[in-house]
Amino acid sequence: MSDAASLTTAPVPQASNAATAQPETMSWDSRSRRMVVLWLPLACFVIILLFPFYWMAITAFKPNAELYDYKTYNPFLIGSPTLAHIRLLLFETSYPRWLTTTMTVAVASTFLSLFASTLAAYAIQRLRFRGSQYVGLAIYLAYLVPPSILFIPLATMVFQLGLFDTPFALILTYPTFLIPFCTWLLIGYFKSIPYELEECALIDGATRVQILTKITLPLAVPGLISAGIFSFTLSWNEFIYALAFIQSSEKKTVPVAILTELVTGDVYQWGALMAGSLLGSLPVAIFYSFFVDYYVSSLTGAVKE
Amino acid sequence: MATVSIREARKSFGTFEVLHGVSVEIEDAEFVVLVGPSGCGKSTLLRMLAGLENITAGEIAIGGRVVNNVAPKDRDIAMVFQNYALYPHMTVRDNMGFSMKLAGAPREIMEAEVQKAAAILGLGELLHRYPRQLSGGQRQRVAMGRAIVRHPQVFLFDEPLSNLDAKLRVQMRSEIKELHQRLQVTTVYVTHDQIEAMTMADKIVVMNHGNIEQAGPPLELYDRPANLFVAGFIGSPAMNLIKGAPGQGGFMTEGGALLPLPASANGSAGIYGIRPEHMRLAPGDGIPATVQLVEPTGSETQVTVRIGDTPLACAFRERVAARPGDEIRIMPDTGLVHLFDAGTGQRVN
Repeated sequence: MSDAASLTTAPVPQASNAATAQPETMSWDSRSRRMVVLWLPLACFVIILLFPFYWMAITAFKPNAELYDYKTYNPFLIGSPTLAHIRLLLFETSYPRWLTTTMTVAVASTFLSLFASTLAAYAIQRLRFRGSQYVGLAIYLAYLVPPSILFIPLATMVFQLGLFDTPFALILTYPTFLIPFCTWLLIGYFKSIPYELEECALIDGATRVQILTKITLPLAVPGLISAGIFSFTLSWNEFIYALAFIQSSEKKTVPVAILTELVTGDVYQWGALMAGSLLGSLPVAIFYSFFVDYYVSSLTGAVKE
Repeated sequence: MATVSIREARKSFGTFEVLHGVSVEIEDAEFVVLVGPSGCGKSTLLRMLAGLENITAGEIAIGGRVVNNVAPKDRDIAMVFQNYALYPHMTVRDNMGFSMKLAGAPREIMEAEVQKAAAILGLGELLHRYPRQLSGGQRQRVAMGRAIVRHPQVFLFDEPLSNLDAKLRVQMRSEIKELHQRLQVTTVYVTHDQIEAMTMADKIVVMNHGNIEQAGPPLELYDRPANLFVAGFIGSPAMNLIKGAPGQGGFMTEGGALLPLPASANGSAGIYGIRPEHMRLAPGDGIPATVQLVEPTGSETQVTVRIGDTPLACAFRERVAARPGDEIRIMPDTGLVHLFDAGTGQRVN
């Protein structure tokens, strides 16, 4: 009895060994493969993308002695951190003022652009008036004209309208490059919203404006968000118009101001410069991280029912 | 509740005319089905009725009022779309109440109406859900609920069942019909499925290439199709349509078979039509035919035979033991033979 039992059970441990051994090697295989195809490239991306932030951060907190002597001090580390650069930036320059100006300009031009491009995109995509295709094309072509060409005629207009050296010069000129892109992004997004929904609303008794506000826009929220992020980021970082249309040092935007105000002659105040860049890029990064899912989905996907 | 009159309605997209003067009279509380193959203009006609397409020429009247220039919302109609067109960002309750909300109805009345419609359709449990959380059949019901809430004079359905699976389609078909019997609202229903048309309609309008081929009660279309198109379109399995000419005391097919003619036949018939279910087995005096294919469905047996070179589909109530290659004797029911002119396609008997 026991013999027979041992005979039948004997192969079992072997079999179970073989059975467990195989998945283990497989899982090791897949783990190492994941390491090579996923984590390694991802790590490279992360390092490359985050290195500027790291550099900005350590430069902002490094005393000048360490900053200018990379032979004695390791350039990648901070010996004795200091808030001197931050103090210089916040209390001895108009940095807080620049930040609020930049914020105001970015928010105002974003809302202005979203409002205009929503109406434009809806009209081109849904109302299909005579020549709507050509209007769409013309708006796109406007986007292709580089700002470095446009700023000269725009400067004349800004000056004649008496807007020179005011935030309005930027709030009203940024939409010239924001509206075309947003319009095209929203046309694509509106296209993905089934037309029957609007026809149904039309039968339900909605007017065109009600259809836009109660049906189309709520469904286009991801599209609006990504257009908003795009506009906000571009307005925040814009350089050439801000450089050309604003003269007084306290009215400048962050990207222009840190370059023009923190570089005195040929002296680069690296610590304050980097502190300014870091503080200036944080709002965009935070804003972006909140909505990145919408941004991706609106560029790649469509409305899900 | 209202009558609908469509008089000589025409529709052109640019220079291309898709409806060539269509006239339909729809009685109060009637269930009318517009049926036809894709691109025949049936959906366009429905959309013209709804006000979603303008009317190029002719007239459409709802309840005696010409609505050519009336906006969709003022036509007092409700429409159910093929893909349901539920608002994805609204709950079932908000979807159903949307039209009343736009009309500025008080909240309590709105809620009462929504509850009433939900009770009719068995949606009571689902009012707080979003369309994406519903199955196809439930979405279909919400779309109907949205129509019911409005108490329209006319219901319009645009292929409402074509996105459902076969079983659900049969179920929803009877639900829609029951709903119509209960509410007694004039209904115009578009489909390309002739079985839907046959089972649901009080009156079928068969359309093809922007024209009406025939309009009438389902059984009239089945029993006396006015032309070849209707004969081939209505009925499943489809009617046998055999080319040939009268002669030698019967109808001589091109394949060389002689089929008996009804008494009402005249000399101009070029096409002989007989439905598969109107063929019977006639072991003694029948026409000899070679069995090609036997398809038992349980309730009947569908047999494809050849008489000479002429293929013929038959459906027998009896179980047929024949195998391919066997010879059986069959006979058409001469009283139920349809004869058509080969040139015009019109019925001649």
